[in-house]
Amino acid sequence: MDFIQDWGLTAMVFAPLVGVALMMLFPRDAEETHKLIAMVASLVTAGIGIAVFAEFDFDQSGTLQLVRDHAWIDVINARYEIAIDGLSVPLIALTLLITPLVIAYSWNHFPEPHNPKAFLALILVLHTGMLGTFVAQDLILFFVFFEVVLLPMYFMIGVWGGPERQYAAIKFFLYTLFGSALMILSFLALFFLTGAETFSMTGLAEEVQAADIARGTQILVFGGMFMGFGIKVPMFPFHTWLPDAHTQAPTQGSVILAAVLLKLGTYGFIRVALPILPEGAEAWAPWIGLLAVIGIIYGALGCLAQTDMKRLIAFSSVAHMGYVMLGISTLTDFGLNAAVFGMVAHGLITGMLFFIAGSIKERFHTLEIKRLGGLLVQAPRMGWILGFCTMASLGLPGLAGFWGEFPAILSAYQPMEGLPVETFRTYMVVAAIGTVFAAGYLLWLYQRTAFGTPSEEFEHDENIHDVETPEWVAWVPLLALILVLGVYPNLVFQVTDDSIVNVATSIAAAVGAGG
Amino acid sequence: MLAAETVTAGFFLEHAYVVPLIMAASFALTLGIGKRLGRHASWIGIAAIGVCFLFAIGANVQWADYVQDSEHAAEAEHDDESHAEDEGEAGTPDSEEEGAHTEGVGTTSGEDDEHALGAASDEIGPSVDGETASARAPPAPAVEEGEGGGHAEYEVVPVTKTWTWWSNGGVTFEAGMLLDGMTVMMLFVVTLISLLVHVFSTDYVAGDRRYTHYFAFLSLFSAAMLGFVMAQNIVQLITLWELVGVCSFALIGHWWEDKPNSDAALKAFLTNRVGDIGLLVGMIVLFFAAGQTFDIIEINTLANEGAISHTALVVASVALIAAVMSKSGQFILHTWLPDAMAGPTPVSALIHAATMVVAGIFMVARMYGVFWNGLVIGGSSVNLLAVVGGLTVLGGAGLAFVQSDIKKVLAYSTVSQLGYMVMALGVGAWTAALFHLFTHAFFKAGLFLGAGSVSHAVHSFDMKKDMGGMKKFMPKTFWTFLICTGALIGIFPLAGFWSKDEILAGAAQLGGSGSYTAFLIVGSIGALMTAAYMTRCIYLTFFGEFRGGHADTPDEEHATVSHGEEDHPVDEDHAADALDHAGHGDHHGEPHESGPRILVPLYILAGLAVVAGFVNVPDSGVLSWVPEGLALQFEHLFEPKGGYFPSLTEAGPAGVTFAHPTFDLGIAIGSTVVALVGIGLSYAWYFKGLGPHGITGRNRLARAGYRFLENKYYFDHLYTGVIAAGFKGPIARAVNWFNQKGLDGVVDGVGKGAVGGGRFVYDQIDQRFVDGVVNGSGFAAEGGGQFFRQMQTGKVQQYAAILFVASVIFAGVFIIVI
Amino acid sequence: MDDLMLNQFLLLGAILFATGVYGVLAKKNAVLVLMSIELILNAVNINLVAFGAHNGTIVGSVFALFVIAVAAAEVGVGLAIVLLIYRNRKSVDLDEVAQMKG
Repeated sequence: MDFIQDWGLTAMVFAPLVGVALMMLFPRDAEETHKLIAMVASLVTAGIGIAVFAEFDFDQSGTLQLVRDHAWIDVINARYEIAIDGLSVPLIALTLLITPLVIAYSWNHFPEPHNPKAFLALILVLHTGMLGTFVAQDLILFFVFFEVVLLPMYFMIGVWGGPERQYAAIKFFLYTLFGSALMILSFLALFFLTGAETFSMTGLAEEVQAADIARGTQILVFGGMFMGFGIKVPMFPFHTWLPDAHTQAPTQGSVILAAVLLKLGTYGFIRVALPILPEGAEAWAPWIGLLAVIGIIYGALGCLAQTDMKRLIAFSSVAHMGYVMLGISTLTDFGLNAAVFGMVAHGLITGMLFFIAGSIKERFHTLEIKRLGGLLVQAPRMGWILGFCTMASLGLPGLAGFWGEFPAILSAYQPMEGLPVETFRTYMVVAAIGTVFAAGYLLWLYQRTAFGTPSEEFEHDENIHDVETPEWVAWVPLLALILVLGVYPNLVFQVTDDSIVNVATSIAAAVGAGG
Repeated sequence: MLAAETVTAGFFLEHAYVVPLIMAASFALTLGIGKRLGRHASWIGIAAIGVCFLFAIGANVQWADYVQDSEHAAEAEHDDESHAEDEGEAGTPDSEEEGAHTEGVGTTSGEDDEHALGAASDEIGPSVDGETASARAPPAPAVEEGEGGGHAEYEVVPVTKTWTWWSNGGVTFEAGMLLDGMTVMMLFVVTLISLLVHVFSTDYVAGDRRYTHYFAFLSLFSAAMLGFVMAQNIVQLITLWELVGVCSFALIGHWWEDKPNSDAALKAFLTNRVGDIGLLVGMIVLFFAAGQTFDIIEINTLANEGAISHTALVVASVALIAAVMSKSGQFILHTWLPDAMAGPTPVSALIHAATMVVAGIFMVARMYGVFWNGLVIGGSSVNLLAVVGGLTVLGGAGLAFVQSDIKKVLAYSTVSQLGYMVMALGVGAWTAALFHLFTHAFFKAGLFLGAGSVSHAVHSFDMKKDMGGMKKFMPKTFWTFLICTGALIGIFPLAGFWSKDEILAGAAQLGGSGSYTAFLIVGSIGALMTAAYMTRCIYLTFFGEFRGGHADTPDEEHATVSHGEEDHPVDEDHAADALDHAGHGDHHGEPHESGPRILVPLYILAGLAVVAGFVNVPDSGVLSWVPEGLALQFEHLFEPKGGYFPSLTEAGPAGVTFAHPTFDLGIAIGSTVVALVGIGLSYAWYFKGLGPHGITGRNRLARAGYRFLENKYYFDHLYTGVIAAGFKGPIARAVNWFNQKGLDGVVDGVGKGAVGGGRFVYDQIDQRFVDGVVNGSGFAAEGGGQFFRQMQTGKVQQYAAILFVASVIFAGVFIIVI
Repeated sequence: MDDLMLNQFLLLGAILFATGVYGVLAKKNAVLVLMSIELILNAVNINLVAFGAHNGTIVGSVFALFVIAVAAAEVGVGLAIVLLIYRNRKSVDLDEVAQMKG
């Protein structure tokens, strides 16, 4: 279908905004209508997404497809250039999946202060931002979408968050904005340094090669991007916004934050930073790897010290994203593939964990680990699901988490030629040790929350019930995917592989040619 | 290479992959609809494992044929050597055929696809040079070859089947099935033990509130282990290895309401995770060293050919040994195994006999090409594997002495016996190790189930407090227990005798300078200790006065025995209470013999403990009269023959060939005597009350030794108290502190600094300075005016004076400057 | 004219100048002050002439002539002011003349 070929992506990206516009027509107290509109909008978006994927030629997943290239801001030669390839497809799919699930979960889980209209509208705006980031092929467009995401999230945390919401929201916002500022500086530097005066990603990659920018300059420019993306990931030591944001955000916010928002950073590395600045990437790789493994161990140790369940899960993100970054830092196709898989897996698993944390909070009105216990007795199904997710999160083979972790560790044994092998092998061992810690904090969490008998405080609490319908609707797809991807990881690998091989070979070629 | 036309694997071999799938389906089914079936949920699992058991028997029978056929084919080929040339064509196991159902990989011409056989790498077949494909070497041609010389160098190609699993970096990786002798053997062992455990459990955990979950996980456990033994590549191996670990986690922690149980589960899992670091690292090293392949056969083949650097092999071996240490309960990572006794007894039987702990042994056996060449097992007289095994033999046996919990005695006994297996692998007696695994599975399962039967009657595991004189109450259990103990001790002609003897013979005869003497001694001491502690265990449990039966034992481990004679209603809300009560059941009067569902498995296992040893009766030495068709059948059928296993005839990269030990009457008698001495000493001590009883009270040294043993060499203190607590406590807190105060402090500091800076800028710079400048310019103008008007005296002379002074000053300046 | 002579002229100029300055600053009588100013101007004139003679040019003398002319005008204006002051206040005491005080 030509329409899909030409306008499918655009329709997909902006469909949620149509929903928002519709919602504006109805008064605030028409809650059911708002829910319905939001749900339909997200489902329509997903539907268009499916049509897009049907149109997408998976045999050619290495090349950009469904390209749309229009003039946009002529003055700075920024273009409305969107397209997808094997790298973006899994992440778009993840986004398309998560948003409807979050809306379904919201059905009867609106955080205080209620106001579904605003809440759902923000989710939809967020949706557009996330999808846009994954399809953009122009740096300015990318940047705009990247920033569009910030504001809804800021309001979600700041309005619907926990007691410390103001602090967390501002921290989140400023942190990310700080990174963005450096990032846009880097983009501008590229714009001028190459002399090509273009923001097109594909174009820039070639221009940088042609322009023969000095290595030192590349390293500096990469540094700017590193800050922008690294904060978003978040990498140690720029991670401290994450636990606060997660802990304070409403469940839906945490889920979206963990499932998709963090991936914007890692996606940015693979999509923007590495291909455009291969030499910078090579110079930075050992340091990125170092920060990644520090993050792995550090995040895990941080988890062990947490007393709040949600904060613990948030900290575990630091460790998990460490594996993703370790994969990226090897600059090999193996590692990058692992990173993409790790993103998807982390999105599913940690998203799921935050859902559960939200539901526990709703029932127990606390997430303090000490006070919980015996979940398996009071809500056995939820306890099982929590067990399943902790297992997945600790990287159990056969579940999705493993396929992000194992190949990443594997790839560190043999990083790209030119990178210090011994250093990376050390990273490999440290990362492997990290798996023990992961098992440690997750199982310990599970033991303290699910095992044992309920504490006296909650023993006869009527409010504590097992999983209910909206929760099932939201969770089952995630749980199923965690299992399916774990058993048959090729579903993701075969899509990403071609694009990733392209990226890796271009880096290797560029570094080989330059150095 | 084989002449493929004549060698076809039968149905059961070709389709063995369904076995784990059946069990996995059983898991899903039990979990899904089990609740509705109530007590009948167990039938799903029993039916499934029953089918699998039949399947395994079929596979074993067909495997025997298959080996036979391979042998004949090789013979035929030897007769017609012209064939030999064509055979080198076989594809490599990872031949890049697309599509999901790459069935078999060695596609020799004219071969029916249906019966395609996986072949090892094309370079490995001895037929490549057309010389060594001899069907039958002259009997016992060389000392090193020992008795194995009777079975000549022909190849039994494993049955393989692969599917595309995942792809990365443009390379496709496969999942699949690898079926060879050891796999087939393990299929039999696992399905049999699992079946018996299933049956046993229907009585033992009857009335448990999580009856269905229990059986579901039993199924999954079996599925994982069955999948593990037929893993075709190392990623699959890791996957199922971990899955086995998870199942053991779930089953050890089955009664998770009590913290000690969940602690034990956590400990088991985490300890295994520690070992898994080694597994991951080792496997990754192998992956790259073998040129980016996960294929087990290929890795082993390359290792045997010397195509992998020795350094890589050493690193990989050492790393993998760490994994074995955790999984198979080897010193110093054995501490989880006794704690794992917190799980239901049948699970312990399953873990100790057929699944979990055996996985480590199996992994070494599976990757033997790596270990053999990495540790130069054939050419040294001491290596890490053997040392770990030897340490474990003694360490485990020592701890078994001081336990009062019958299951813990058995647990440490398992530790010690696993040490034997690892040691056997370490000295190069591969077959002996697997043979011991085989026999040990039966008698140890028998012992555990026997202990379960006893505890079923007395609702306790404490030998000293609640047992004694059980012989009177439970004669059938007693006799089966006694037979299994005999097998464990190694009394002729029970199963353990043959396998342990083969290990000792291996230690005496194999190795670089002709023997692993140190390990022969270790093995013998271990045999003595085994005999002694098992005699003690028998005495405490079955002889003497019955000490149990008192009304309430507050510290009894009732939580671990949760069943009663009656069915307890499964009450979801008060499950914990129900559980506690279940433990006490209607516990009145004298203990009595268990029912048939418990006894029948015991009979079967005791029977196997008697006969299993004859599977590998040697035919050398004084036993040379044993007919060839009966002797060494285990070795004949189950030892891999092919390029992926150390060769019997061709020296590998280390310059040594693989060899089999021969039967040595001296060692056989010696080990028997040692065992009898052990029994005798223990008998004298416990039954007759001879010896310095109470020495631990009188002698400081003895007391210290006893305490050292009682505290399990303080390993638990180190791990739990120091390492785990350290990470959980101070270190984690320090990191958190650093995060909150350090990093976040910086961030908050930056924030506060920014706010403070803003305030400063506003207050000081904006309000005071900038605004001050604006205001100040006004003020200054006015003030300046006020000031200067002072000078405006109106007196001309004053002006003139100022003028003059000023000009003097300027003049002065002018002069100085110029 | 040699250096020695120049020095003497300059010395004379300096003395006259100092005397003039003294008169301007110290004398109460406006007429005396005017005279003192004349002294200062003439001190300068001496210097100008002396330098002119020393350098062998007439520029100094020309300057001196200008100064004399200006001084004459100045004295004229000055005396006129003094006269007016005297008429208004009946005094030429400069201390009392402070209308310009700001």
